[in-house]
Amino acid sequence: MVKNKGTTPLAFDEMINADSSPRQPYSTYHQWYASQDRNRLIAKSKEAENIFRKTGITFAVYGHADSSEKLIPFDLIPRIISGREWRRLAQGIEQRVIALNAFLDDIYHKQEIIRAGRIPRELIEKNDAFLPQMIGFRPPGGVYTHIVGTDIVRTGEDQFYVLEDNARTPSGVSYMLENRETMMQMFPELFHQNRVRPVENYPYLLRQSLSSLAPPGCAGKPRVAVLTPGIYNSAFYEHAFLADMMGVELVEGSDLRVIDGKVKMRTTRGYEAIDVLYRRVDDDFLDPLTFRPDSALGIPGIMDVYRAGNITIANAPGTGISDDKAIYSYMPEIVEFYTGRKPLLENVPTWRCSEPQSLKYVLEHLEELVVKEVHGSGGYGMLVGPTATKRERAAFAEKLKERPGNYIAQPTLSLSTVPILVNKGIAPRHVDLRPYVLVSDKVQIIPGGLTRVALKEGSLVVNSSQGGGTKDTWVLED
Amino acid sequence: MLGRTANGLYWMFRYIERAENGARLIDAGLRMSLTRSESTEGDWDGVLQSAGVRELYDEVHDTLTSGDAIDFLLRDRANSSSVMSCIEAGRHNARMVRTALTRETWEATNECWIEMKAMLAKRARPADLPEIIDTIKRCAGLIRGAFHGTMLRNEIFNFSRIGTFIERADNTARILDVKYYVLLPAVSAVGSSMDNVQWESILRSVSAHRAYGWVYDAELRPANIADFLISNGRMPRSLAYCYEKIVSNLGYLAREYGERHAAHETAEETLASLRSQSISDIMDRGLHEYLEEFISHNNRLGQEITDGYRFYH
Repeated sequence: MVKNKGTTPLAFDEMINADSSPRQPYSTYHQWYASQDRNRLIAKSKEAENIFRKTGITFAVYGHADSSEKLIPFDLIPRIISGREWRRLAQGIEQRVIALNAFLDDIYHKQEIIRAGRIPRELIEKNDAFLPQMIGFRPPGGVYTHIVGTDIVRTGEDQFYVLEDNARTPSGVSYMLENRETMMQMFPELFHQNRVRPVENYPYLLRQSLSSLAPPGCAGKPRVAVLTPGIYNSAFYEHAFLADMMGVELVEGSDLRVIDGKVKMRTTRGYEAIDVLYRRVDDDFLDPLTFRPDSALGIPGIMDVYRAGNITIANAPGTGISDDKAIYSYMPEIVEFYTGRKPLLENVPTWRCSEPQSLKYVLEHLEELVVKEVHGSGGYGMLVGPTATKRERAAFAEKLKERPGNYIAQPTLSLSTVPILVNKGIAPRHVDLRPYVLVSDKVQIIPGGLTRVALKEGSLVVNSSQGGGTKDTWVLED
Repeated sequence: MLGRTANGLYWMFRYIERAENGARLIDAGLRMSLTRSESTEGDWDGVLQSAGVRELYDEVHDTLTSGDAIDFLLRDRANSSSVMSCIEAGRHNARMVRTALTRETWEATNECWIEMKAMLAKRARPADLPEIIDTIKRCAGLIRGAFHGTMLRNEIFNFSRIGTFIERADNTARILDVKYYVLLPAVSAVGSSMDNVQWESILRSVSAHRAYGWVYDAELRPANIADFLISNGRMPRSLAYCYEKIVSNLGYLAREYGERHAAHETAEETLASLRSQSISDIMDRGLHEYLEEFISHNNRLGQEITDGYRFYH
């Protein structure tokens, strides 16, 4: 009998039922696990770490000068989702992504949702992520969010919530691919025993999806490139990896220049045009002539080329307005407004601290809530009420009162757990899930995604910058 | 290919070549000190000069000791040509041009860095030096093997090779120049066993002490050594060999791109003169002057390649 050592009370474990029997999607895996020698698995775990280190799958942690390259810990127990569960999730995600694109098109054109009184005008127009430069412009194919990473958490057998919509430049997909690669290398037998849906064609689908949205000014086969801020960026490995897997150039701003109305890259035989730019550089830094003038990462004049229909930028500038945490709380209304149907996936209940009633509630219930910055990411600048000390909560309350509009609050969800391998066996740890979605003339959801796991017992913070790890994520055929 | 990528490849391979040559220089220095009974500081002076870091050494250290010299050549970050600095810079460039390399080449480079970083984390004990030097050579060999075994013979390959051979030509010319300069006053006394140790160290620092015997004879003659390292087209670290490779790789680029640059003229001229000049002509004119001119032409070629293929702008 395989048992989780130590349990987090009340949390739903995705592998092991309360009576210690395995949950259905894990039954084949569980049998395999029970027959394994623990020492061999621990040795395999070290082997996986070596594979990652050797491959250079590292990320940079800001503010750690001496340890500029770190590994994200990989846990070799997979996270398994049944085909039935996945279909439900996929439908919900597709609905949500379609709504996001419709919303973006609307707020940069007729703004019907504002006129209908469903969203306050100032929430859009006073938002830094809203780009007036995009008003009246429709990107090629009408697609704003070419790549989306929808963060999903689970709290029970049938309870799934969308935590965030990540519609700017979601990262982590390289880990999804490398985790699978590593698992297949280490445990080929598992992939004979379980029918796991493939994720490895993602780079191919990405290139196809990007190419299909080439701008009107592109004659012939579209030339795609990945734009990176450079080797010191925390996700540089991923940028290089994706460019490599797609077979396209990895460029930096300094390689690019606007010549004759096209964005061109400096090659060993002169300047050559780029048609589709998958940029991993934030809006602010994209074009020093339009946005931040001090940006050395961008390309002066690219926005003019964009508006003239001579380049596709993925994701479109200005998509950040749709995954803003203040907008998030309106997602149920947004989904309903554009699709005419109730959302298939639930939002986490959210208090907008800008509203006095909500602020009052949040201040009174800080010890039960998670409070987040509206524009923050990566788990920075947030308060996890139940685990914070009294003093931390008091200090945070002051910040809240000072700038209430900067915060939202959500109940502390009891995230589901999946076991990880520890020295004594296995132990449950909280997880979330980020599936990746490609949007072109169709919406493609890659069956799987990145499972992030909080490695510390009881911790709910899964971010890699805060000690989180990852797992291979299986979606089964059934 | 991006100009920046070509630049990254060129420097990646220059640095890896430099790291390996550095290890070989240290090896030759150690060998010399083993075969001598008296103090060997003078030998390390020659090694530092060959590596082109004699002055830099004095900026960091007050006295010359073998221990400090070895540490400076091996792992001092203040020395941008130390083995560790080169491996770091080579790997940094490799990381930047990751998309142009095969997985095997990248992993060999990355593993080299991981291994050397651990090995050179602390000052090396004398007893560990042979193993360290072997490891550097083995790592460089693995990178080269992965590169040759897996890379497509395209422009990426050409820029990498050009970097390797520009660096190697520079290193060989420097070793020969410095050693020869040091040894020259003793030329009349050639034949004593002490001198043989010195002469052999030149060959050892280009891994050619065995090969020499096959090509010439057992006796180490200054003119033969110079001939071997300058004109012998079969010797993989000779100037002639390096330039044959540079010219052929530049030739592939010219054919593929359909355009020639100043670099093509320069490289072909240098090769032609390496082929036509006899070693006695060179010795008559003065070996030191010849090598000095060669090094400066080699640098100019590097600059012409940088400009012609738009490495920076």
